[in-house]
Amino acid sequence: MKFMRLIRANLFRKKIRLFLTLGSFAVALFLFAFLAVVKKAFTGEADLANASRLVIINRVSIINPIPLSYRDKITRIPGVQAVTHYNWFGGVYQDEKNFFPQFVIDPENQRQVIPELIVPEDQWKSFLQDRQGAVVGARTAQRFGWKIGDRIPIKSPGYGGGPAWEFNIDGIYHGQRPGDDETQFWFQWDYFEERVPERFKGMAGWYEVKLNSPDDALPVAKAIDAEFANSPYETKTETESAFAASWVKQFGNIEFLILTIGSVVFFTLLLVTGNTMAISVRERTSELAILKAIGFKDGTVLVLVLAEALAIALVGGVLGLGLAFLAIPWLSSWLSGLLPVLILSKLMLATGIGFALLVGAVSGLLPGIGAMRLRVVNALRRV
Amino acid sequence: MVSVNNNGDSSALIQVRGLNKAYHRGEEEIQVLQGLNLDVDKSDFVAFMGPSGSGKTTLLNLLGGLDVPTAGTIAVSGDEITHMSSSRLTEWRARHVGLVFQMYNLIPVLTAYQNVELPLLLTRLSGAERRQHVETALSIVGIADRMQHFPRQLSGGQEQRVAIARAIVSDPTFLLCDEPTGDLDRRSADEIMALIEELVDKHGKTVLMVTHDPLVAARAHTVLHLEKGVLVEAAKGRQNVAAGGAA
Repeated sequence: MKFMRLIRANLFRKKIRLFLTLGSFAVALFLFAFLAVVKKAFTGEADLANASRLVIINRVSIINPIPLSYRDKITRIPGVQAVTHYNWFGGVYQDEKNFFPQFVIDPENQRQVIPELIVPEDQWKSFLQDRQGAVVGARTAQRFGWKIGDRIPIKSPGYGGGPAWEFNIDGIYHGQRPGDDETQFWFQWDYFEERVPERFKGMAGWYEVKLNSPDDALPVAKAIDAEFANSPYETKTETESAFAASWVKQFGNIEFLILTIGSVVFFTLLLVTGNTMAISVRERTSELAILKAIGFKDGTVLVLVLAEALAIALVGGVLGLGLAFLAIPWLSSWLSGLLPVLILSKLMLATGIGFALLVGAVSGLLPGIGAMRLRVVNALRRV
Repeated sequence: MVSVNNNGDSSALIQVRGLNKAYHRGEEEIQVLQGLNLDVDKSDFVAFMGPSGSGKTTLLNLLGGLDVPTAGTIAVSGDEITHMSSSRLTEWRARHVGLVFQMYNLIPVLTAYQNVELPLLLTRLSGAERRQHVETALSIVGIADRMQHFPRQLSGGQEQRVAIARAIVSDPTFLLCDEPTGDLDRRSADEIMALIEELVDKHGKTVLMVTHDPLVAARAHTVLHLEKGVLVEAAKGRQNVAAGGAA
């Protein structure tokens, strides 16, 4: 603590350089936080996926449907506790940029298979009694300012076009966990069947199966696919996490991309701060020599230089992460519908600070060792 | 009493025996100091003079433990410093040596007070004790009223006073002054020399000083001439001294 004044004075020696270095740390840490939440958003579905659920799609592709008649056969397979089915609606609310996922659901089994998305009981009852009823996730409701009782028109380019479909908002669901997707829009299967052209009737986009036990996942998946093997609609069954992971892969190797960008940013930051610290130490050669001449030990000089680098890293890091902490909720709502919820976790913040300190330490180490090894006589001769 | 021809035992504060220092420039060996002997008692004030390259600053660096000799020994208060490790030598320097340079070498981002406090940061003194020491040192050099000024806000003479305060604040065994008036006008140089004389006469400090200026050297008790690395002559300063050349 005795040396704090000396460290602070040295830090503020060149204010513009200090603020630019702090700025580079802040921008890098902001970018780190943003990349981390985007990566989490892409892979979050896989992380949150329930180990005791299976997803069944058409073996050819998810865009190929599978018959509704499969439901009873799936239900009879040992290890299956409940089955529900979905269709992708793909409608447009007012403008195409107002994207949010809309699913046709099977109200009978939805809550049994997906219990973590909570709809208040009275709202769920209203939904069940309303053929044009809809339940919407809290984020989407907030995004468009919808409330219970609102009537929402949604156009459907995918199912024969025609006039907009009218829905009544009967319920708003919330996720139990921070990363749960609260952007979905659900509506009644019967309403869907009533309005779509004949060729879409009696077909589902995919099934979700709740298992008695996660241990049953592999045998049940095999049994389901075997049941429909050699049929016109062969199935591909996998765990929800495997399904989510393969869904993410469609966007490319996001993790690799983010890791690459992150590495480039940190390497650049390391060069910038390392260069700054080296210049800062070099222009103070005579002062460091004086400190050593009056009795500052080599280790103390190293600690002083490292402390400066770490202080810059810490303050810059906190600034960047603080900015990210404020901006990410806003970015999340701005990107609503395009990405799942963006959450800056405590772990990400701690990792960011850790990275910042690591960069600070590495960037300060070489100049610090140089200062430590400085020969007083040689340094004073150069003055 | 200063002696340059004693090569045996003595009770002097600083004892230098057979001091050699050589530098290598490629294949060439440059002998800077050759078999130098020197005894300096407590409260002596010695000036080293000589042409450039004669080894004055090298001698000062060796006496201050900033450099190590090629051969020979230096003992201060009975402690032989020539064989100390770098770390021990740094500790020794902090306790025993006060350094004053031609260019003052103050830390520009610290105030006069903070500059003087620097050596005390290495001690176990409390903040209040440090303050007391710093204020005393600044009062002795007559610049207590400028303690919150930064070096850029001080004149050259004032900066050198702060540098002297920094050198004496930890009450070292002796002071090494390398051209302390070299960057000052005559009036400021006189003031600085008066201050150094006061440190010797009133506070009993031992001072070894390098200078090119005969007027400045004349204020020392003893003037020693270095030529090609050898103490060739000892001249009388303010007081009578026993001195002689050394081989």
